[in-house]
Amino acid sequence: MGKQPNVTPSLKTARGLGSAKEGTDHWWMQRLSALAMMVLAPLMIFLVITLIGEPYHVVVAKMSSPLWGGITLLFVCASFYHAHLGLQVVIEDYIGGHAARLMLIIVIRAALIVLGLIASLSVIRIMLT
Amino acid sequence: MTDQETPVQRPLSPHLQVYRLPLLPLMSISHRVTGVGLAFGTLVLAWWLAALATGPGAYDLFLRFMNPLGGLALLGWMIAIAYHFCNGVRHLIWDTGHALDLGSAERAGYFVLAGWLVLSVIMVGSALLFWLS
Repeated sequence: MGKQPNVTPSLKTARGLGSAKEGTDHWWMQRLSALAMMVLAPLMIFLVITLIGEPYHVVVAKMSSPLWGGITLLFVCASFYHAHLGLQVVIEDYIGGHAARLMLIIVIRAALIVLGLIASLSVIRIMLT
Repeated sequence: MTDQETPVQRPLSPHLQVYRLPLLPLMSISHRVTGVGLAFGTLVLAWWLAALATGPGAYDLFLRFMNPLGGLALLGWMIAIAYHFCNGVRHLIWDTGHALDLGSAERAGYFVLAGWLVLSVIMVGSALLFWLS
């Protein structure tokens, strides 16, 4: 990377933010949540595979352990956040109309916040009861 | 004066009936398709966890709703995650500025496909083992 010329204007460097006024946060958080998912997704899949065909009380018992409940909670947070960031990029790329694009992004964000809350509160409830 | 004897060699536009996406764009759009599909999968994940938190009755309802096709959906979910995972690693490598030329990108693409295949076989195989046992 060191050989590449620095083409960033100095004023931009001084302010740190581009025309979107939020810098590279969206891009960076998408990568950070991807790194989190690299650890959490294999653990979550392992958990789900071991729970296939198990009766209710066995599933609840396993999910209420701090280890597996905690992994599920982290997976829910990281995956819903990552899904929101990713869907936003897809919408911005394929939806041309300004109003439709904004509406869709808001609806998707609201839906993922509600679903994420339902999912995470459910895990917390399973762990506490 | 133009030379009418030798027609100009214009580039041919892709024949839409026989056009096949090259590997790299095909893998790129697959990343998006699996990503959007997995985002819709969060609906099932939220329902599963909510049913678990509600009680045996709600969990039974969830299982009954999922019964005929839910197993296939679960396998599809794992296969989609495996692809998004492997190709995502390639994206993260690209983000560091490496393997950006066409040759390396394509070679990394074959690694992604191989990793996807291996992970899918392992996951689907162990899922079927748990199912049958």
